[in-house]
Amino acid sequence: MRYESPATTKEAVALLAKEKGPAFVLAGGTDLLVKMKTGLVEPALVVDIKRIPDMNTIKATASGFRIGAGVSGAQLGAHKALGKAWPGVVEAANLIGSDQIQGRCTMVGNLCNASPAADSVPALVAAGAKAIVVGKGKRRTVPVEKIVTGPGKTSLKKGEVIEAITLPKPAKRTGDAYLRFTPRTEMDIAVVGVSISMTLERGVVKKARVCLGAVAPTAILVPAGARALVGSKLDDAALDKLAAACSKACNPIDDKRGTAAYRIRVAGVLAKRAAKLAYQRAGGAA
Amino acid sequence: MSDAVLVSTRVNGDVVEFACPTDEVLMDSLRDRAGMTGVKEGCGTGDCGACSVTLDGQLVCSCLVLGVEANGREIGTVEGLSVNGQLHPLQKNFIEHAALQCGICTPGFLVAAKALLDNNPKPTETEIRYALAGNLCRCTGYDKIVKAVQATAKDLRKSKKR
Repeated sequence: MRYESPATTKEAVALLAKEKGPAFVLAGGTDLLVKMKTGLVEPALVVDIKRIPDMNTIKATASGFRIGAGVSGAQLGAHKALGKAWPGVVEAANLIGSDQIQGRCTMVGNLCNASPAADSVPALVAAGAKAIVVGKGKRRTVPVEKIVTGPGKTSLKKGEVIEAITLPKPAKRTGDAYLRFTPRTEMDIAVVGVSISMTLERGVVKKARVCLGAVAPTAILVPAGARALVGSKLDDAALDKLAAACSKACNPIDDKRGTAAYRIRVAGVLAKRAAKLAYQRAGGAA
Repeated sequence: MSDAVLVSTRVNGDVVEFACPTDEVLMDSLRDRAGMTGVKEGCGTGDCGACSVTLDGQLVCSCLVLGVEANGREIGTVEGLSVNGQLHPLQKNFIEHAALQCGICTPGFLVAAKALLDNNPKPTETEIRYALAGNLCRCTGYDKIVKAVQATAKDLRKSKKR
C-alpha cells in the first residue's frame, strides 16, 4: 500500500486519478481503518488529506462557513460562531462516537462513508449545505443531498474529492436541530435521525427543511414535512401533519437496531420534537 | 509486502524514529517499534479506548491512526504520565480508589481522564461519564473510576491553589 500526504487538493486529485488500483482518501480514518482491518477494503493507495491547509480549517465567509474536509468533530465543537449559527449541524457531528473518535472523525468522511444512519448528513441537508467537489481540472458545487446515492455509494467520480462543505449564513430568526433515537445515550448508531431547520417571521414559519436519517437507503428530504410547517406557528395540527409526512416518507429496513414499523413511528415523534427545538432556537415562543 | 516509510516523531517528548510499514496502525508502531507497551489493543476498531493516546494533544484511538501519520507529530502515552518515577495524581487515585482490577483498560482510561482534566478541571459526574464513554472496562463497573477522576480533579485544584 502506498501512502501519500500531499500539500494541495490538486496533488491529491492527481494521485487519486492516476492510481489504477483501489484508492482511498484518508480523512479521520475512523471508517477507513476499520474497513482495512476487517479486510473490507485493500487499498493500493491511501491519500491523507490532513496536511492540506485548505482542508483543515473552518472559515467564516461573507456568505457563511466553509468547513474543510479534514476538520474533526472536536474542531467543529470548539468553533463558537459555527455553533451559534448552526447548532443542529454541530450537535449532529458531535454525536458521532466517543471523544477519541471526535478527535479524528470528519463530516465529509461521514458523508462519503455513505451510511444511511450517518448523523451529520441529515443536519447538513436540512441546513442547505453544499459540497465543493474537486476533480481533475474542474470543480463543482453540489447540494449535500446529491452526494450519497445508496448505502456505501456516492455520486463522486474516480479522482474526485470533496474539498470542503459550505453552509449558508443563516437568515435572521433561523434555527436548526438534529435529534436521533438510540437505545444508549452514547456510543450508539441512530435508529432514526431527524433534522429540521426553519426561518420565522413574526412567529410564523416562513421556510423549512426537513431531513430524515436511518429510515431509507440514504438521508431523505421530506418536502411534505416542510410544507406542513410553513405558514404555521407550530400549532398541534401542523406538528401532527409534520409527523404524518415524516412517517409516510420512511422506507426503512428491519435490523438489529429496530424494526421498520418502529422506525416509521419514531420518525414522526422525533420530527415533532426536533421542530419544537428548531422553532425555539429561531426565536419562536416555545 | 507493504511499503515502509521513515517516520520521525516525538513520544512523550523524546524523538523516536522508525521505518513504518504504510498499513501499520499507530498502536502497533508504538508497542512494537517505540516500546510503549502501555498502549493496549482491545477491540482494534475504536470502540474500547484501550489504545488511547494523544496526537498533537488531541485524544485519539491509536488503532484508528496509521503509524505514518505520526510523522512530525507529538504523541503522548500513559508512559508519559509519571515524572521522575513519581506517579501522576490520576495514577495514585486509581490505586487509592481501587479503580482497576485486571488493568488492561487502565492506561486508556488514564490518558482519556487526563485529556478531560486538562480541558475541564472541574467536571461534573455526568461530564466524566460522557468523556470516558469511549473507554470500556469489564471489571470495575465504572463507579470507582469516576470517583478516582473526581478525587484527582479535587487534588489538582488544591495543588494549584497552593
